[in-house]
Amino acid sequence: MSNGIKVIKDKCVGCGLCVKSCPYGAIELIDKKAVINEKCTLCGVCVDACRKFGAIVITRNTFRGQDIAAYSGICVYAEHRQGKLSSIVPEIIGAARELKKDLSKPICAILVGKDVSAMAREIISYGVDEVLMIDNPKIGDFAEDIQAQLVADILTEKKPEIFLGGGTIIGRSLLPKVAAKLLTGLTADCTELAIDPDEKILHQTRPAFGGNIMATILCRNHRPQMATVRHKVMKPADIVEGYEGKVTDMSHIAIPESQIEVLEFVEEQTETVNIADADFIVSGGRGLKDPKNFKLIEDLAKALGGAVGASRAAVDADWIPYSHQVGQTGKTVNPNIYVACGISGAIQHLAGMKSSDIIIAINSDPEAPIFDVAHYGIVGDLFEVVPEMIKQIKGA
Amino acid sequence: MKIVVCIKQVPDTTNVRINPETNTLIREGVESIINPFDMYALEEAIRLKEKHGGEVIVMSMGPPQVESSLKDAIALGADQAILLTDRAFAGADTLATSYTLAAGINALNDADLVIMGKQAIDGDTGQVGPGVAENLGVPHITDIRKIEEVTDNYMVCERLLEEGYVRLKVKFPAVITVVKEINEPRLPSLKGKMKAKSATILQWTTKDLDIDVDRLGLTGSPTQVVRIFTPPKPEGGKVYKGETRDMVSELLSDLQANGVAIKKSKGN
Repeated sequence: MSNGIKVIKDKCVGCGLCVKSCPYGAIELIDKKAVINEKCTLCGVCVDACRKFGAIVITRNTFRGQDIAAYSGICVYAEHRQGKLSSIVPEIIGAARELKKDLSKPICAILVGKDVSAMAREIISYGVDEVLMIDNPKIGDFAEDIQAQLVADILTEKKPEIFLGGGTIIGRSLLPKVAAKLLTGLTADCTELAIDPDEKILHQTRPAFGGNIMATILCRNHRPQMATVRHKVMKPADIVEGYEGKVTDMSHIAIPESQIEVLEFVEEQTETVNIADADFIVSGGRGLKDPKNFKLIEDLAKALGGAVGASRAAVDADWIPYSHQVGQTGKTVNPNIYVACGISGAIQHLAGMKSSDIIIAINSDPEAPIFDVAHYGIVGDLFEVVPEMIKQIKGA
Repeated sequence: MKIVVCIKQVPDTTNVRINPETNTLIREGVESIINPFDMYALEEAIRLKEKHGGEVIVMSMGPPQVESSLKDAIALGADQAILLTDRAFAGADTLATSYTLAAGINALNDADLVIMGKQAIDGDTGQVGPGVAENLGVPHITDIRKIEEVTDNYMVCERLLEEGYVRLKVKFPAVITVVKEINEPRLPSLKGKMKAKSATILQWTTKDLDIDVDRLGLTGSPTQVVRIFTPPKPEGGKVYKGETRDMVSELLSDLQANGVAIKKSKGN
């Protein structure tokens, strides 16, 4: 049977739910029946919208995958930089430990790089059963071309059924290359992972369209099932005192030559810049009126021990560098507390910060859309409210 | 040098609104545009051509209506545009898309550099750049914010990281993805618009490519979307009005009552 989408005319009641749901404008109602036009990308949104009537079906006939029965266990990618494990690693292991509860299979971690041996014990202490390691001076940071090859070779040898990496700059560059080598599926930036109780396969849920819709994705016929995990969403694994895991040396795998050379690594003042890692973020927008007023935002960020974010409007006006931009064309952040000062809350900005644990909005316009997502909103002049907050926090 | 820019046509989300009752996207009147990140990729390619000579070829995979976006790219300064279009491509996930685009690029012979935006604003995956690189058998670098130097054999660029940036040198051929910071895209010139009007967009189907049909579209896609839903509508939070001092102290005590630790500055 060939692939394609079909409307079962007898079941279609002409309700139009599919027309509204289609993100590509590819469905029309003609004579009270849904008709799908050439704009269709077979994304499947309408099938879900029509679940009640079951009038739209997509037939798929996927290319033959690997022998999936040969794959077992959970594997995580231990990202590191400058000799330190990345903060995403305990989060990925935390997610893996949740999956282990349902799968009852061991967790292994892939650790490849230069001078990495010292990190193996730390990885095990988070509850990892086996570290698959290649420690070699030829594997530099950022040499993702060869790292991808080594990771793919290890996965081919060890055959885990699930492979997870960080939704970080590195993870989102490395894993797609690995997936393309292994010809398997990869879901980007997942916010929820679960094991299907019947099929025992991985349900991968992620936001799309700037967080306006959520999609659950499966990789049924190919292994490993791969996903990157959004930063600061999964609960980090606790240290398990005395956890027993082993380190397996994988250095029998040949190391190719990298085409990428690192000239210089520059760390910017991490305290206020690294919004991806921050627990507290204070962001400023158009309401600041003038670049020098960002000082106020910095002061509050410092009082909270947090980082400084900005809306696109503030970045486009050259008030603050792009590395601070939160939103669809900037960074996606998930801090414990996000304070939005003088930011109206355009949909693109909300896409980048909506999943923060607590959102506090300060805006003089009570109708500003930012108040729709804020857990706490202060309607007032930020030039009065922010200094008062700094004063009261410091005095607290 | 021969530069290929891969673009994606996406719904213009700047005009997207949310229906407050159903909490779904309102699609009416939403136009299709070139993915904003790809505009930076195209601009960078045109600048490289202006400085070092060569040609810029724009490529996209999608249904026939993507032709309008490719014409927009010609208006901005691309020399040639190619649309990979075939019903067999429909339903492709990032793996199948990467494979198809790479087949298109291979058919061009000897591209030195492939540039794309860091991700598309509809799917937000960022997986196609590295995937194309793998299918071409070349290195890739993502999230580039500046190209410092270009020679016949290599380029030096700055890659944005979470905590700073890194300067990297990569040999050609290579695939790169760019972030917004890299440039400010130009507007089309009148001459460009005239050129776009008369330009022919090449359309390539599976017959024009050296390609394994089992790896295309839905058939070639290991991932499958099984459920789409709108995230729960945020409940309206607490809103404070009145005197500044009262609002702030009430907020701070509410936070504390809810177990939220406000970190005191070290100086206190």
